[in-house]
Amino acid sequence: MTRLSRISAAALLALAPAAALAECGIEGDGSVRVLANDFNALDLVMERVNSCAGDGVTVSVNQTEEHKNLQVPALSINPAEYTVAVIANNSLPPLLNAGLARPLDDLVAEYGDQLTDQQLIRIDGKIMAVAFMVNGQHLFIRQDIFDEAGIEEMPATWEEVLEDAQIIRDAGLIEYPLVSSYAPGWELAEEFINMYSAEGGQFFAPGSAEPAVNSPEGIAALEMMKAMTEFMDPDYLTIGSLEGSKMWGAGEAAIGQLWASQAGPLIDTEGDYPEVAAETVLIAAPSVADKGIPGAALFWDGFSIAQNISDEDAAASFQAMMYGIAPELAQEEPTGASWMIEGYEPTANAVGIVANLEGGVAYPTTPFMDLMHSALGTELVDYFQGNESAEQALEGVEAAYTAAAQERGFLN
Amino acid sequence: MPHRSFLFFILPSAIAMILFIALPIGSVLVQSLFVEHGQILHEVETCSPFGGCTTETRVDAEATNALRAAQPLGRFNGLGTYLNRNHLATGEIAAFWSASGSWGQFWSRVSQLPFYRALGFTIAYTLVVTPCGIALGFWIALAVNRIPKVLKGPVIFVSLLPMIITPLIGSLVLYWMLNSRGILGRALQWIADDPTLSIGSSGPLTWAVLFLYGIWIAAPFSFVVFYAGLQTVPQDTLESAMIDGASRWERVRFVVIPHLVPLATFVALVQLMDNFRVLEPIVGFNAQARATSLSFIIFNDLKAENGQLFGSAAATSMMTILFVVILLMPVLIRTWRDFSRKPA
Repeated sequence: MTRLSRISAAALLALAPAAALAECGIEGDGSVRVLANDFNALDLVMERVNSCAGDGVTVSVNQTEEHKNLQVPALSINPAEYTVAVIANNSLPPLLNAGLARPLDDLVAEYGDQLTDQQLIRIDGKIMAVAFMVNGQHLFIRQDIFDEAGIEEMPATWEEVLEDAQIIRDAGLIEYPLVSSYAPGWELAEEFINMYSAEGGQFFAPGSAEPAVNSPEGIAALEMMKAMTEFMDPDYLTIGSLEGSKMWGAGEAAIGQLWASQAGPLIDTEGDYPEVAAETVLIAAPSVADKGIPGAALFWDGFSIAQNISDEDAAASFQAMMYGIAPELAQEEPTGASWMIEGYEPTANAVGIVANLEGGVAYPTTPFMDLMHSALGTELVDYFQGNESAEQALEGVEAAYTAAAQERGFLN
Repeated sequence: MPHRSFLFFILPSAIAMILFIALPIGSVLVQSLFVEHGQILHEVETCSPFGGCTTETRVDAEATNALRAAQPLGRFNGLGTYLNRNHLATGEIAAFWSASGSWGQFWSRVSQLPFYRALGFTIAYTLVVTPCGIALGFWIALAVNRIPKVLKGPVIFVSLLPMIITPLIGSLVLYWMLNSRGILGRALQWIADDPTLSIGSSGPLTWAVLFLYGIWIAAPFSFVVFYAGLQTVPQDTLESAMIDGASRWERVRFVVIPHLVPLATFVALVQLMDNFRVLEPIVGFNAQARATSLSFIIFNDLKAENGQLFGSAAATSMMTILFVVILLMPVLIRTWRDFSRKPA
């Protein structure tokens, strides 16, 4: 279904609240105000949440890629602007740091029968968030191009990816066969974090906020990334995951490291890219050499309920979200995402991410990781432009992080 | 005008200026001298879908909030934020100075520091775009002044387009066209006969495109002001210059330009300030790998995704104001001189 038809469907549902109400079955009145990221899988959840609007219950949904920038200020005020923050493991710490999410134990006990224990995120013994899908990056492979180039085995390590890319280039099939999201800022930093996790590196000295990325693993990760850029479009420093998936759809690449949540449309043979979709194969993110850790940090997507709202709104919001992520969702839209919902059977689009779960490392959720992420995003650029050595770039990252962490009060 | 009535005359605007300009700048100045309280960390057990339960460091939100409530401004840090590595980086510069053998080496290290890299682009952008934008605006004004009346309306509309379009949208549209898969990007590759040519992958080309975009968007303002000014050029002087045998260029050079100089000063003032605050084209062109500006650093510091560094953003803002004042000094001195000469 295209976004347009989804929006129209949502609009139609909003026009018929009475019919939808019975289905949703929210006890009590309240206002449900959701802040969420904007990608296909969440559209499916939000469509269901929207259908809960009816007498006594109002629903408003704000889906935007800027959600991470909005959530802390919007939930800090009292009453909070949003009752539900749809978050991922990387965007939960800012809410926890400021005490903006409420413990969900009572709500889970009362309305959360459908949840499995795996979905509950417990911090210090209290349930602070409910996860409903897994996300992360993994490899996309064009089977037809691999066949044409005579490559029989799928790459399991980044070294093999480089060899395969060279073969495809030498065969004159595609000059720049690799695509990934190296746009400076959040995405470039994310690629480094993926590669650094595969190298088995630590971001911080154990038990402290002192940075530790300037390490042999860090240098190895940067060197591997630099080697990959040889096979990427020369504009790679302006290409993010959105452009990357479009390039994939346009058939401009043969090996792509993209998000699992983007896989749905890219393998949909009746969608926007029928020719490419038919030949797209999803496999786990490669590891480095023989380390065996998939080179892509794992994410879960879930939701938290705001602290600064009335208990009535919190209950209505929790029930609306429960309806949003009900087991029927996984049955009706099995290809929508890699759901963590009871009864979900992984389908073709989830093959890559499910393969990652084997040995994969979760994205770090320490409270100062956002500062590290942002320092990586701005400081690594010089290395890729050849202005700095890997060591100098990582020194820069540590220095930039340290200055920011001192300002935020994590370091003295 | 007696002092008393003058005072009442400017009172409303003075109050507005204090409320909306002076006070916010004052609060930003105060903010720049403080950093957040030390976060109170504790180890708690965290259970997540991957990896089961582990002990992780978390912020003790309650204790930290209590600290914040007691002293909302945070810890006094003096000029620490100004001098740290993400701003003036005095410590790093001293270290580079003693470690580098030559000026070239020293400069290349300094230009990797985020603040100096941004400052370099900001100054270059201001110094290139301001004069070129004014010159282009003046040229358009002269041209529009000469064309037949029927054509004037449409031509003025087209010349004002860059000002009508939101800067971010304008830069995004141009970015897509100049992208190596866009119509202009492809055309450039064809002209240069180099299929790998791409603006995004070359620093100098990115700068050139940002400058050209800046000139395009700055020209309409100068054009409007100069076009209005051109209507006031004394026709007698122009005619007598013609009788004296002055060419069109000489009339522009010796009659029109001297008449418009005060306007040019005003336009230069506004444009210098505007161009020093360059932000949208960097975002629109996805150019932060090759070019950042002081405003871009502030924008980046304030993004909540990056943990909102209010002190950093405030320090950069104060330094931006300082640089704008320095840049405007020559123009301000000139205006002051003209002002004090007139009564005599």
